[in-house]
Amino acid sequence: MTSVLLIGECDQNGEITQATLQAITAAMGLDDPRITAVFPGRPPELAKRLPIDSIVIASEVTDSDDGIFEQATADISSLLLAKKPDVILLSKSDLGSIVGARLAFRADIAFVPDCLEISNSKGQLTVIRPVYGGSALAEFIVPSYPAVVTLRPGSYYPADEDGAPSIDSIEFQNVEPSALVVDTVAEVREGIRLEEAKVVVSGGRGLGGPEPFSVLENIADELGGAVGASRAACDAGWIDHSHQVGLTGKSVSPDVYIAVGISGASQHMAGCSSSRAIVAINTDPDSNIFREARFGVVGDWENVLPSFLDAVRELKA
Amino acid sequence: MTIRIAVLAKQVPDPEIPPSQFNIDESAKSIIPPNGVPPVVNGFDLNAVEGALQLRDSGAEVEISIISVGAEFVMDVMKKTLAMGADRLILVDDHNLDKIDAAATVKILSAAINKDGPFDLIIGGRQASDWDQAHVIIGLAEALKLPLVSLVQKLQINEYGISLHRVVPDGYQVINSKMPAVLTITNELGEPRYPNLRGIMQASKKIPDVLSLADLGLSAEDLVPKLELSKLYVPESNRQVEIVNGDDDADSGKKLALRMREEKLI
Ligand SMILES: Cc1cc2nc3c(=O)[nH]c(=O)nc-3n(C[C@H](O)[C@H](O)[C@H](O)COP(=O)(O)OP(=O)(O)OC[C@H]3O[C@@H](n4cnc5c(N)ncnc54)[C@H](O)[C@@H]3O)c2cc1C
Repeated sequence: MTSVLLIGECDQNGEITQATLQAITAAMGLDDPRITAVFPGRPPELAKRLPIDSIVIASEVTDSDDGIFEQATADISSLLLAKKPDVILLSKSDLGSIVGARLAFRADIAFVPDCLEISNSKGQLTVIRPVYGGSALAEFIVPSYPAVVTLRPGSYYPADEDGAPSIDSIEFQNVEPSALVVDTVAEVREGIRLEEAKVVVSGGRGLGGPEPFSVLENIADELGGAVGASRAACDAGWIDHSHQVGLTGKSVSPDVYIAVGISGASQHMAGCSSSRAIVAINTDPDSNIFREARFGVVGDWENVLPSFLDAVRELKA
Repeated sequence: MTIRIAVLAKQVPDPEIPPSQFNIDESAKSIIPPNGVPPVVNGFDLNAVEGALQLRDSGAEVEISIISVGAEFVMDVMKKTLAMGADRLILVDDHNLDKIDAAATVKILSAAINKDGPFDLIIGGRQASDWDQAHVIIGLAEALKLPLVSLVQKLQINEYGISLHRVVPDGYQVINSKMPAVLTITNELGEPRYPNLRGIMQASKKIPDVLSLADLGLSAEDLVPKLELSKLYVPESNRQVEIVNGDDDADSGKKLALRMREEKLI
């Protein structure tokens, strides 16, 4: 039997994130799993139908959303002591990356971030994670429990069955925050969220400046998608960093990922390689992006994109 | 009053090695750097040096010590941090240290920080481009029991201690933290400055402090790894690209849309 403590998360609309549902699938693949989930803060109604064994609810809600996850770390650390799970699973989100690492170091146990695969047998955990920006894969063995693991979004299918978990209530202690969030400045974004878009049109250094991103926006609008970018384009200031796709940006797995003027560095592909199909437009036939793409055009975006957009509009009409 | 800053920096293989030249020695479980490509200081750590220098530029009196743990340091590479404007370079150099895990790195760094401290700020890059783990600095905050603010893109001394802008998925937070504090810095902070000639001259005259594990009161037994690397390999890609060829670029664009439609991608 493997006891799993799963740290669940919700998006701004209170819906359970896809990454959390994917983590449930990963947990279900472990050896005879018993899955307990906790959602820092209050769990959503929907959690009561997840295909897991139990959910833990705080008897009194602590302010788990202190912005830097000190309360969430304390809450889950105390759960570790109470529940003694074998495996603690989180998704590689802002919360997961910070809380996962803090928990593991606080409890002096193993931590493996950003994993693509997790399996176990006979008290030993095996995980696979990308290293060197995704140019290589590393398999690690964690010889003894417990271990904390974060999963890269898109690595598993989201769990879609229903279940009837038992509900367990627990008391958490409030912690004194050491740093205070005094303001949150949100990037105003219209349209479909990048992480959820079925079509993503991304631009890179090859676009040469900020203006061409409006062409990408037109294409994205036409296809009902969102605009992404490489780090080079973001660092150049052509588009806000919240559009960055990649290892240190957002992970996306749309049906179609259109990469324009992007060379396909491993760190960029880390954020989009689980897309169903990658389409590349690039002047350099030897560019790495063509090794990852299903369809490609070797050409200058300035000439390729307008006729592509026209054709898309015609097909729709 | 001088603000003492420790910037943690790691020497890594050049992450811009093109995938076609990236090779692994599977039996040694290590990367084979292409001939003639020297290592670099991890890019995000240079962003951290830049952040410390920006505090100095804003008028604060700061002393910047670079602390690095590793093996086979290339002095010209590590001295780039001094050439940018850091004051001191401390290298914990031991031939065993290229195979340790993050938990061991945290132990060594906290010993080095305690030996040389106290520091008001301990900062490092958001992650290192070799193992991409992004948790050494977070672990260090736990080990030192100090506040942690990650993914900082702007920092400024204020009456509470330090004011920070932390990048979140769709914007940023403004955070006030007491000092001492531990920070991780992200590339949104801005490009690291290029060393100027004067900086390079000064750096060439500075002699780094080189420490061994024994100097820190540590031995190999303190560094037992929690994880075992069982395989390291280059993933196979079986994707086969179909290049869409038109009479000219414009025609290719049109044909691309038609092909995507045929495949029900749009
Ligand atoms: C630790 C680490 C983390 C990183 N994280 C990320 C990340 O999250 N996301 C990310 O994107 N990168 C990341 N990077 C950076 C990454 O290594 C690359 O440097 C970056 O992705 C390159 O961006 P690019 O493809 O836009 O630029 P380039 O590599 O410069 O490629 C530009 C491409 O445009 C093509 N081109 C030029 N002109 C035209 C034209 N007129 N029409 C069509 N094509 C043209 C060129 O042939 C070239 O292929 C990270 C790096 C490190 C070390």
